[in-house]
Amino acid sequence: MPEEREIVMKLWRGDAGGGAFETYKLPAQEGEVVLDVVHRIQATKAPDLAVRWNCKAGKCGSCSAEINGRPRLMCMTRMSSLPIGEITVSPMRGFPIMRDLVTDVSYNFEVAKQIPSFTPAPKPPGGYRMSQVDIDRGQEFHKCIECFLCQNVCHVIRDHEDNKRVYAGPRFFVRLAELEMHPLDTLDRRAYISEAMGIGLCNITKCCTEVCPEDIHITDNAIIPLKERVVDARYDPVAWLGRKLLGRPAPLSAVQAARYTGAASSAARSPSARAVPASPETASSTGLPAD
Amino acid sequence: MSDQETHHYDVVVIGAGGAGLRAAIESLTTGARTALVCKSLLGKAHTVMAEGGVAAAMGNVWPEDNWKVHFRDTMRGGKMLNNWRMAQLHAQEAPERVYELEEWGALFDRTPDGRILQRDFGGHRFARLAHVGDRTGLELIRTLQQRAVGLGIDVFMECKIVRLLVDRDGATNGAVGFWRESGRFVTFAAKAIVLATGGVGKTWQFTSNSWESTGDGHALALWAGADLIDMECVQFHPTGMVWPPSARGLLVTEGVRGDGGVLKNIDGERFMFNYISPYFAAETADTIAEADKWYTNKADYRRPPELLPRDEVARAINTEVKSGRGSPHGGVFLDIASRRPAEEIRRRLPSMYHQFKQLADVDITTDAMEVGPTCHYIMGGVRVEADTAATTVPGLFAAGEVAGGMHGANRLGGNSLSDLLVFGRRAGLAAAQYALSHPAVAPTESAVVSVTEHALSFFAHDSGENPYALHQDLQETMQSLVGIIRVESELVEAREKLAELAERASKLSVEGNRSFNPGWHLALDLESMLACAFCTTLGAIERRESRGGHTRDDYPTPDPAFETINMVTRLSGGEVAVTHLPRPAMPAELAELFEESK
Repeated sequence: MPEEREIVMKLWRGDAGGGAFETYKLPAQEGEVVLDVVHRIQATKAPDLAVRWNCKAGKCGSCSAEINGRPRLMCMTRMSSLPIGEITVSPMRGFPIMRDLVTDVSYNFEVAKQIPSFTPAPKPPGGYRMSQVDIDRGQEFHKCIECFLCQNVCHVIRDHEDNKRVYAGPRFFVRLAELEMHPLDTLDRRAYISEAMGIGLCNITKCCTEVCPEDIHITDNAIIPLKERVVDARYDPVAWLGRKLLGRPAPLSAVQAARYTGAASSAARSPSARAVPASPETASSTGLPAD
Repeated sequence: MSDQETHHYDVVVIGAGGAGLRAAIESLTTGARTALVCKSLLGKAHTVMAEGGVAAAMGNVWPEDNWKVHFRDTMRGGKMLNNWRMAQLHAQEAPERVYELEEWGALFDRTPDGRILQRDFGGHRFARLAHVGDRTGLELIRTLQQRAVGLGIDVFMECKIVRLLVDRDGATNGAVGFWRESGRFVTFAAKAIVLATGGVGKTWQFTSNSWESTGDGHALALWAGADLIDMECVQFHPTGMVWPPSARGLLVTEGVRGDGGVLKNIDGERFMFNYISPYFAAETADTIAEADKWYTNKADYRRPPELLPRDEVARAINTEVKSGRGSPHGGVFLDIASRRPAEEIRRRLPSMYHQFKQLADVDITTDAMEVGPTCHYIMGGVRVEADTAATTVPGLFAAGEVAGGMHGANRLGGNSLSDLLVFGRRAGLAAAQYALSHPAVAPTESAVVSVTEHALSFFAHDSGENPYALHQDLQETMQSLVGIIRVESELVEAREKLAELAERASKLSVEGNRSFNPGWHLALDLESMLACAFCTTLGAIERRESRGGHTRDDYPTPDPAFETINMVTRLSGGEVAVTHLPRPAMPAELAELFEESK
C-alpha cells in the first residue's frame, strides 16, 4: 500500500459563456483512475459537476477529456500513470462547451446521418460466406468506440470550425473505410468521399492515430487507402473499365456527388437533417436540394 | 398545451440499447411514426459492454444443434421458472435475427468455411455464441445504431423520462422527461410506448453495470400500474474483477472459460469439481481428464464444471472465498495463461487483455486473473405477453432486460443479446400495430404538470442531504442484505432500511441549476432504484426456496410448489404488494424434451 498522498486536481468549470479551473484536493486511494477521482469530487465537493460517463471500462467512449492537456478516456487513465503533482482535466477543446467537462458532440451525429448506408449484395442461397482474412481489417475499424478523441485532435477541424461543414473527420473516414472494404457492400462512395466528406483536407499528421484508445491505425489503414482509392477512381481509366467489365456499379456521377455535397454542407449542423439516401437509385426521389 | 415542448408520435421507444434500437427499427418499418429516447448519447448504452456473444442455434460449428436443444438449455439454466413460450420463440427466432445483423453490416468472426463462428459458453450444450472477439455487444449496438440512423429514426439523446402518462381507462398515452443538457421538460404524446431501459445493477455496490442501469423502466411500468414478476431473481455474474478497488465488479467475460480458462483456489485446486449439483451431474465432467477433452470432442465427453450456469459458479466462488481458500484480494483465480498460447489469448480476448493490463497491471497471457461475483443482470421484470411483449397496461410494451419471464431464475450467458433482438423486434412490431389501430391521444396538461412539479421539488428542499451519499447507503444495504446469499432476518431488515431510505430520498436537496446537473439526475434515478429494490426485497422474502439467482440460506433447496408460480409485485393503494401468480403449463410436446433428464 502506498503512503497517504494528496491529489490536487484542477477541473474546468463553466459553460458556453465562460469559466475557469477550480482546484480540488482529496486523499489518494489505491488503484484509481482519473474518473474515480472526478466522481469522488462530485460526490463530496461539487454535486452539480457535469461529466459524461457510462461503462467505466473503456468500452463506451463517453468520458473523453483532456488530461494534463492530453486527449484521453478518463476511465482508462490510472492516476499512478500520471506525473506526481497537479493534474488538470479539461473538456475536449475541439467541440463547443455545454457545461464543465461536457461538450456538444452533435456534429459527429450529424455527419453520421450523411454516410450512405451499407448496401449488401443479394443474399445467395445458403447465406453469405466471408473468410476471416477478408474481414480482419473491417473488424479493426469496428473496434471504434466513438469517443471522438480523433475528431477532437484533428487540426483540420480543431482549429478551423468552418471546416466542419465540408469535412467528415477521422472517425468517419474509419466508418467509410469499413464500408468500402466490406466484402458484401456494393456501393461505390469514392466521389462522395472526396467531394462531400473532404478527405483531401487531411494531410496525414497522424494525430488521430496517436490518441485512439482502441489502437486503430486510422491514418495508415483507413485514411491513406481511402485517399488512394479516391485518386484511382478519378484518374485511372483502366480501373474504371475493369469495374465496368466486372459489373461493379459505377462511382457516383458528378451530379449525384454534387447532390451529396449540397446535402452534407447545408445539413451538417441542422438538427432536422435526414440521412442521405442509401443508393444513387433512390437519390432522385428524395427532393433534396441539388445546389 | 402551454409552452411546454411536446412531440406527437405513434410509438415512443424508451432506451436505445439493443432492444430499444431493434424495436424502433421494426416499429418504423412497420409504418408507425417512431421516436427513440435515451438517457445517454446514442450508441453508449449498456449493450456495448456485452462481451462473449449472442446465443443462436445456427448449427455452424455443431450441426447437431437446433432450437429444441437451445430451448431446453435455456429452461434448465433458468431452473424451469422461464415463461416457456418466450424461451421457445427466443430459441426459434435467434438465428434469423443474427443473420439479419449480418445483412445490416455486422462482421462476426468466421469458421474456416466462411460462416459465422460460434463459441462455447456456460450452460449451452453446443458451441452456440456468434461473436466478435470479446466485444460482441459493441458490434451489435453499432450495427443497429447505423441501421436506425440510415432509416432516419428521430432520436432524442440525453433525455431522461421521469414518468409515463396514463389515461382514465388505465392505458398509456405518453411520457414526460427532461433534456439533461438544459433541464427543460419535454412531453411525448404517444399511442404506444416500448420500454427498453435495461437493468437495475446500480442498486448494488459491486456491479458490472453502467450508470444508466437504474431500473427506470421497471419503475415507470410499476408506477403506471403494470405488473412486475420475479424481481428477486437477480444474477450475480461469477467473474467480475476484484482488484483494484476502483475496478471492482467490472465484468470478465465468460468467454475466458468458454475458451479454456479454469477457476482455481489459493491451493491451485480446480474447485468447481466439488460443486457439481445433482441437477447437472449427468451432463458435467467429473474428472479433469474428461473435462479437458470436451473442448474438441463434445460428442464423447461431458462439459467442464467451470461452464455450469452462472448461478452455480457464483455460489461456488462465494463458498470458496468464505471458507478461506480465496485469492489475496478476496476472489479466486481465473487462469487461461497456463492453458492457451499467448497469441491465441490476445486474439480471442483482446478487451480482457487490455482491461487487465491497463487497470490492474496484470498480463493475462502470463498470470491468472483474480475474480469474484458481481451484480450483472435482473431476470425478473415487467410481466409481458410472450408473443407481443405487451405489458398489463394497454399501449405499454417491454423488451430486453426490463421485461421478465424469458430467463426464469437464471440467465445463460449469450441469451441476453439474442433476447434483445428477438423481443425487441416483437415489441416494436406489436407496438406499431397497436398504435396504427388506435386513435390519437392527448395527455392532459395537469398530468404533465404534476410530473414536472415533482421533478423540480428537489431544488426547493433544504434537508442538506446529498443524493450521492444516499446512493451509497442504498448500494451498501442491497449488497450486504439482499446479495448473493439471502436469509429472512436480513431481508426483513433490508425492507425496513429501504423504507427509511425512501423517506430520506423524498427530501433530498439538489445544488446548482437545471443545466446538466448530475446531482439532480441522480435524485430522480434514485426513485427508480428504490422502487426496484423494494420489489426485489419483497419478492425475496416471499420466495421461500432457492432457485437460480435467488438463494436463501434458510430455504436452501428448490421447492416444487414455487416452480409453478411467478412472484408478482404491483402497486396497490400506493404501496407495493406481492401476490402469487400461477404460471401456464408447458404443452406436452415441449415438456417431453425434459423427460430424459429428470
